[in-house]
Amino acid sequence: MSPTILLLLALGLGLAGWLAARARAWSFRSQSPNGRLASLPSYHAWYVALWTVIPVVLFIALWSFIAPQLVTQSVLADPAAADLPAFDFQRQTILNEARAVATGAANGVFNQEADALVEPYRAAISHYRLIGIGATLAIALLFGSWAFLRLKPDFAARTKVERAVMGILLVASLVAILTTLGIFVSLVFETFRFFGMVSPIDFLFGTHWAPDPMANAANPDGSRYGAIPLFWGTIFIGAIIAMIVAIPLGLMSAIYLTQYADPRWRAWLKPALEILAGVPTVVYGYFAALTVAPFIRDLALSAGMSNPSSESALAAGLVMGVMIIPFVSSMADDSIAAVPQAMRDGSLAMGATTSETIRRVLVPAALPGIVAGVMLAISRAIGETMIVVMAASTAANLSVNPLEAMTTVTVQIVAMLTGEGSFDHPATLSAFALGFVLFLVTLGLNFIALRVVKRFREAYE
Amino acid sequence: MSEHIAPTRTEAFEKRLKQRYAAEKRFKMLGLGAILFSVIVLAFLLITMSINGIGGFQRVELTVPVDFTESGISGDPSTLSQSGAIQNLEAQGLPEVIEFFASQALGDEGASEISSEAWREVATAVIEDPAILRQSVVFELPASADLASAYRGEGDPETRELAQQLEAKGLIGRNFDTGFLSRADATDPQQVGIWGALKGSILTMIITLALAFPVGVLAALYLEEYAPKNRWTDLIEVSINNLAAVPSIIFGLLGLAVFLWIFPNYRSAPLIGGMTLALMTMPVIVISGRNAIKAVPPSIRDGALAIGASPVQVVFHHVLPLALPGILTGTIIGMARALGETAPLLMIGMRAFVATPPDGFTSPATVLPVQIFLWSDEIDLGFVERTSAAIIVLLLFLLVMNGLAIYLRNKFEKKW
Repeated sequence: MSPTILLLLALGLGLAGWLAARARAWSFRSQSPNGRLASLPSYHAWYVALWTVIPVVLFIALWSFIAPQLVTQSVLADPAAADLPAFDFQRQTILNEARAVATGAANGVFNQEADALVEPYRAAISHYRLIGIGATLAIALLFGSWAFLRLKPDFAARTKVERAVMGILLVASLVAILTTLGIFVSLVFETFRFFGMVSPIDFLFGTHWAPDPMANAANPDGSRYGAIPLFWGTIFIGAIIAMIVAIPLGLMSAIYLTQYADPRWRAWLKPALEILAGVPTVVYGYFAALTVAPFIRDLALSAGMSNPSSESALAAGLVMGVMIIPFVSSMADDSIAAVPQAMRDGSLAMGATTSETIRRVLVPAALPGIVAGVMLAISRAIGETMIVVMAASTAANLSVNPLEAMTTVTVQIVAMLTGEGSFDHPATLSAFALGFVLFLVTLGLNFIALRVVKRFREAYE
Repeated sequence: MSEHIAPTRTEAFEKRLKQRYAAEKRFKMLGLGAILFSVIVLAFLLITMSINGIGGFQRVELTVPVDFTESGISGDPSTLSQSGAIQNLEAQGLPEVIEFFASQALGDEGASEISSEAWREVATAVIEDPAILRQSVVFELPASADLASAYRGEGDPETRELAQQLEAKGLIGRNFDTGFLSRADATDPQQVGIWGALKGSILTMIITLALAFPVGVLAALYLEEYAPKNRWTDLIEVSINNLAAVPSIIFGLLGLAVFLWIFPNYRSAPLIGGMTLALMTMPVIVISGRNAIKAVPPSIRDGALAIGASPVQVVFHHVLPLALPGILTGTIIGMARALGETAPLLMIGMRAFVATPPDGFTSPATVLPVQIFLWSDEIDLGFVERTSAAIIVLLLFLLVMNGLAIYLRNKFEKKW
């Protein structure tokens, strides 16, 4: 059952209620002795429309969750489903196939068993679709007409509508908390399931990462889930190589743009830098894999290295560094601009050159802001996915040689969750544990950075 | 009279001054170098993509004259207007007819190198204009992937020789591939198109916008205009700021664990992708929205309140319309980021091979960045050009969106 149709139906009913209520309110106007209502007609209209749409939307949200399960239940109750295999996985495959054919998403079945279930599925889907539409209509009419009958010339529709608007505003701002909570709870839940199978000590301190999605799920080998090489790869690519590129280039760009550049040039160069931040990371990843990685490999070959890897930490780190330049430079730009002009003028008046002023006065004064910018940049670099997925490898490697293949936390999350493994397997669940570590680390970095910025900003006010 | 020299300007002083000026110059050059490096890398990236991508908008085609007058295929308009028209033409032997004329024009070897799906293009042309069944028409049909790479100078020597023979006769060539923008994914680089992914992107963005924009704007209004200063609103503020900095892949994990648990049947549908991206985009809209609302001067609010407007009327009749351009700028920037996002969509399973464009919010789809990622994994060299071409399309979309944001910002920028 497509929720889109139900939603359109709800909006149509809401519009009908709006128009009807407005017409009724206009008619009150002519009836009442002084031609005045307690609220404008449009507030009467909104009152009815809100009472029609909100309950229906809540119902639709609930219904699109329940309906598929009711459909499955009724198909399983059908006599044709009696000889389905008891194995959970196989049974699910057959059911999915039959549903795909019944909804028209697929043309034919692969398993012969699914054939018999197509008709029951079709029947159940259309049965529950009718129930869904009927319930939507009934709820909308019930609540809408109740609200409609409450309208009177002295009915304070505006106060009620405004109270509802405030409620909606509050709910909208709660979405952020719910999302944070959702991230936290889902990650913690799956991480605990993972730690029920693999000991956290093995995971956090082991140095060998080689999960086997095909291994027996009931008795996983904890020694294959040591995440230290992943943490090292992430730090090496994101916090070391990328920052060696991004910090000097970003800082010098910011200094040049704020202190030296002609305003006309600045108007062109600054947006050009910002474009670097707007290029999708999948494009950087493709660039790294197609151009940079082979170039580095050729360079290593000509330098006399035997058999260098075509996927190197260096390629991913360099390209990521370029991507990060605008973040560093815009943060540095802001914090250098926040240094009071008097400090700069004082230094210049003492006879220091511009570069001496920048190095000895401006940069030290802006340092907290620059450090905060660097921390934000690191948190972005270690959470970055596509560049490393496309340019780094999936082989975990604990090494300090930037020309070797390395893997990162984000690469492994993608690798573990896009495989064929089932959701009860520790290899799949390890992705959530890795995600949880990543979430905590980036959150910590951001938190510290925001604190530093806040403190620093107050210093000159 | 001897020249008067200031006692401080000794030789050592002059030397030091020279060094300091040299250091100054070096520092300035370093700064210029840093920024030029970034610009050159950007230019290099764009130029590489463009050079590769231009080839991606073309394909290798073979020239096949087909004389329908002798083919015996009936072009009954009533059957050709039905949905099964292509199957009908297949049953009437259209593929064999094409094969016959191909081997006449290109020789048996050449005919076997026509893409196996090429007859469908002829069928589409016939359905569009049944009159060509009474004429002799020259078709440009896609070559097979093997012949296409041989024409480019790769692959095995025999096919390359064949390509050279055909080229000498002027029967093979690279033409602009209009279908690249109107087809969906395929296994053969000669047959792929981006419309499927583009449509998936558009549907996903509609869901994202429909969820993130109202929620983001309303949350911004609440926090900026009505929220009391207490622990709850502090918590809301902190979580919005944190969400803006959470890595995108974490949102993918959330979508996987929550949305796919609630809607197990809508795997890889734009609905789930849009919901996931909406959670990611909403904080961006809230933050830019709050700045835009903050910029509306208090005198506007006071004026409205003074003539008897209620607090809700003040906001919806006066503050919101004035803040809207600023909010829209932030929304477009947030949407541009969502459009280029890949990782969360990989998590929720939008990496499947989808050969037909999605026909709704709940049918399986892929999006443009994911399509680029999938093609980048293909071994066939023909896909390299196609990938770059798809990247050009994606970048053009982003450029238009960012341009629109800048235009809006300049147009509505107000000094109060």
